Amino acid sequence: MSQSVGINFKKSSIDALIAGFMALILFGPIVGVVLDGYSFNAEFGKVAWMVLVVIVGRFAMSSFFQTEKGIAMAFRYANNNDGATVLPPGHKSKMVWIIPLVIVIGLLVPFIASKYVLTVVILGLIYVLLGLGLNIVVGLAGLLDLGFVGFYAIGAYGLALGYENLGLGFWSMLPIAALMAAIAGAILGFPVLRMHGDYLAIVTLGFGEIIRLVLTNWASFTHGPNGVSAPMPTFFGLEFTRRSSDGGTFHEFFNIPYDSAYRYMFIYIVLFAVVWAVLFIKHRLVKMPIGRAWEALREDEIACRSLGLNHVLVKLSAFMLGASTGGLAGVFFATYQGFVNPSSFTFFESALILAIVVLGGMGSTLGVVIAAFCLTVLPEMLREFAEYRVLMFGILMVVMMIWKPRGIVRVTRTGFAARKGVVK
Amino acid sequence: MDIVLQQLVNGLTLGSVYGLIAIGYTMVYGIIGMINFAHGDVYMVSSYITAIAIALISALLTFLGFESFLVVIIGTLFLTIVVTGAYGWVIERVAYRPLRNSSRLAVLISAIGMSLILQNYVQLSQGANQQGVPTMLTGALRFHVGDGFVQITYMKVFILIAAFAGMGILTYVIQKTKLGRMCRATQQDRKMASILGIDTDKIISTVFVIGATMAALAGVLITLDYGAFDFYIGFIIGIKAFTAAVLGGIGSLPGAMLGGLILGLSEALFAGLISSDYKDVFSFSLLVLILIIRPSGLLGKPEVEKV
Repeated sequence: MSQSVGINFKKSSIDALIAGFMALILFGPIVGVVLDGYSFNAEFGKVAWMVLVVIVGRFAMSSFFQTEKGIAMAFRYANNNDGATVLPPGHKSKMVWIIPLVIVIGLLVPFIASKYVLTVVILGLIYVLLGLGLNIVVGLAGLLDLGFVGFYAIGAYGLALGYENLGLGFWSMLPIAALMAAIAGAILGFPVLRMHGDYLAIVTLGFGEIIRLVLTNWASFTHGPNGVSAPMPTFFGLEFTRRSSDGGTFHEFFNIPYDSAYRYMFIYIVLFAVVWAVLFIKHRLVKMPIGRAWEALREDEIACRSLGLNHVLVKLSAFMLGASTGGLAGVFFATYQGFVNPSSFTFFESALILAIVVLGGMGSTLGVVIAAFCLTVLPEMLREFAEYRVLMFGILMVVMMIWKPRGIVRVTRTGFAARKGVVK
Repeated sequence: MDIVLQQLVNGLTLGSVYGLIAIGYTMVYGIIGMINFAHGDVYMVSSYITAIAIALISALLTFLGFESFLVVIIGTLFLTIVVTGAYGWVIERVAYRPLRNSSRLAVLISAIGMSLILQNYVQLSQGANQQGVPTMLTGALRFHVGDGFVQITYMKVFILIAAFAGMGILTYVIQKTKLGRMCRATQQDRKMASILGIDTDKIISTVFVIGATMAALAGVLITLDYGAFDFYIGFIIGIKAFTAAVLGGIGSLPGAMLGGLILGLSEALFAGLISSDYKDVFSFSLLVLILIIRPSGLLGKPEVEKV
């Protein structure tokens, strides 16, 4: 660093003025002139505020990056490509107690929480499942899938239409939906995965839109925008309704008073178990050769291919696994809502799931779980800021990519030590 | 027969506009190898600016006490192109330049973030309702074909002339001027170009601005023709223009225009003859098919991946 430290206020002022001028051009028409029919209402006060904020912000930023701390920070960002935190070989975490604790707390939730809290937590868990699925595809295998919502839709509509046409219930659809989504993933992925990463993003985006458009337009099968109702889960054939159409009901069988919250409690417990199963499978997979291959392929495809990895099959396995997790989440979503329609499966939903993965840290399981709860539960609590939600997601994605491209929670892994008796 | 001809005319105008937007994708891809995901939303912003410019200029002219279609059109074009160009520049500066040396995934995610920001920003400031512009140019040419007739509105004629003029000017700039030479050099080898004294950061910014101005031209033309738009239009038209760029061979300028025309024509024929409900599905399926069968497109060179 040969630059002299000391704030050059002239430079900062010029930066700030340029930024203010640009802000005036950008915000002037769009914010300042609000269309009202063919005429308009002027709101120049708002523009003045926004320009002022930009000028002050740019001035502060420009000055900060001239101080010693700022230069060091800029330098750190420029060289910010650290991967995982590597722990010493044979490291045993002192946090082992935390997993049983979380399981116990998680199992207690349905019995202490109100029905409203329970529904919010279920929604959070559905997004955890979606985030975990996409995390395998984007975080581990490095394939940007923008049509993830397509697999989610396959799961949800699979339950609704499977019940309507074939009489299949929640429990039989759970594995079938996962399988269907995986097959759809294979059909889509097989030809596309040979290609370059960016194309995959667009093709999957197109796929997600095709699914949504077909669901909207094929009214004779999917009932179009009106949607389809989805069945509730059953407990060994017992229904969670007040009166059963056939067979017994849950509250009659156990001789307890009817409560509509039982249904959500049951969905919650099943979902909780499935999330843990997916967490466990993912945890084991990343330590297996296939998981290592995903990450290796993400980092350097050419090197992996020259070492003899079949890149199409490795990518396809990640893609299918992610898709089947999305399908599972779809079944839970349908049964939780009791109803599905195409408006739940827009591109925004894909972007939200992507934001979860990006914010949580690509490849980091803990980060994804935290991020999923933050991005779904926080908007429920901050209802009055609901309209700024998408704006926040967008800003979050840009800022995270510049500031911490690996997400808030860094991946940790245990290092390897050569075994005794192995040639050094 | 007259339906086919009519759809061909509609497809030609639509396709020329797709071509204009596709230029933005193809040039950015050529120069930094990334899909500018926010480009469709730049187009969306330009439609809003078109309506705002028309409202402002009409109000000004009424205040001054005269009426002139030409002044409104030229003023709108000028204003829209300048402001949208500024958007292109700022988007590059904020969301892409800090990520110049990051992984491609990071850049793509940042671009998606930018697209969400633009959509929500316009929605928050202009409202979620559909907006519109008054019809400015009426009348049509009619040709009798068999029993029916084919109608070409003056607006469509204007679109065709303006779109091809825009493409012509751009081709001239890229092929004949010094700026164009610097753009092409940067596209071929960024490192070498910077060694030879080209400020590649500036050229990349210029390319974003050029892409945005072409999208702005498309925005003015489509908005004047259709009259209605909302904050969500950028998504669909962005994917279609990207399809056009891929169809023609991404990175190739004439390819983008050709791809736009082919896509516009085939989409219009599909909508007219088979089903207009599924015309978006048709375009997306076409994109998937091209990428599978011939990812390098009609005029593109096959991509060779280097270490």
